[in-house]
Amino acid sequence: MASYRTPLGRARGLGSAKHGAVDWLSERFAALALVPLTLWAVFGVLRLATLDYLGAVQWVAHPLNATLLVLTVAVSFWHMHRGMRVVVEDYIHKNMSKLGLLLLNFLVCGLAGALAVFSILKVAFSGGAY
Amino acid sequence: MSDARVPRERPLSPHLTVWRWHITMAASILHRVTGVGLYLGALIVAWWAVSLAAGPEAYDQFRGLIGSPLGKFVLFGMTVSFFYHLASGIRHSVWDLGHGLTIKSANALAVASFAFAIAATVAVWFIAFTTGAL
Repeated sequence: MASYRTPLGRARGLGSAKHGAVDWLSERFAALALVPLTLWAVFGVLRLATLDYLGAVQWVAHPLNATLLVLTVAVSFWHMHRGMRVVVEDYIHKNMSKLGLLLLNFLVCGLAGALAVFSILKVAFSGGAY
Repeated sequence: MSDARVPRERPLSPHLTVWRWHITMAASILHRVTGVGLYLGALIVAWWAVSLAAGPEAYDQFRGLIGSPLGKFVLFGMTVSFFYHLASGIRHSVWDLGHGLTIKSANALAVASFAFAIAATVAVWFIAFTTGAL
C-alpha cells in the first residue's frame, strides 16, 4: 500500500499503527464516492417504484445500472461498517460487549452486503430467471 | 492541622454544567443518528435485491410491504436521513480540507445542511408523486 504519510511525520516517527493516513483517506474517498453513487440511486429508486417485477429485472440487468448498483452497495456497506464501528467504540466501553457488537457489525455488513451484491449480479446475468 | 489523607474539596470547573444547546451540537448528533438510521435503510436495500433475485412472488411481497403506509413512512424517514447525512458529510469534508472552521461558518454549514435536507426531501417526494411512484 502506498504511504500517504508526510516525510515530516515519518521522520518524527509519530503515530501508533503507522497507517492511519491511509485509513483516514480511504474513509473520505469512500464517502466522496458515495455522493454521486447514492444521488444516482435516489433516481434509481424513483424509477423502480414505477416498475413491476419484469420492469425492475430489465432495469437491473442493464450493464450501467448493474455496475452502479454493485458499486453503490459495496461502498455503502463498507462505509456503514466503518461508521457503526466508530459509534460502538465511542459509546460501548465494556470489553466483551464492545467486541461482540464490533463482530456483529462486521458480520451484518459482510452478510447483507454479500447478499445484495450476489442478488444484483444474479438478476443481471440471468435476466431474472430463477 | 489538616489531615493529609482526606482530600480537600477542590473547585470544580463549571464548564460541564454550564452549557446551552447549539446548532452545531444538533448537527453533529443528527449526523450520527441519521447514519445509524441509514444502516437500517441499507439492510432494506439488501432485502430489496434478495427479493428481486428470489422471483416475482417475493418481489411483489416486498413491494406490498414497502408500499404500505408504514413502508412509506419508513421511506420518508430514510429520505430525510439520507439527504441530511449527505449534506452533513459534505460539511465534514469542507472541514477536513481546512475550511469553514470559524464559529460563524460552522453555524452556517449546519443551517445549510438542514435546509438542503428539507428541500431535497420535498423535491424527491414531489417527483415521486408526479411520476406515479407513490
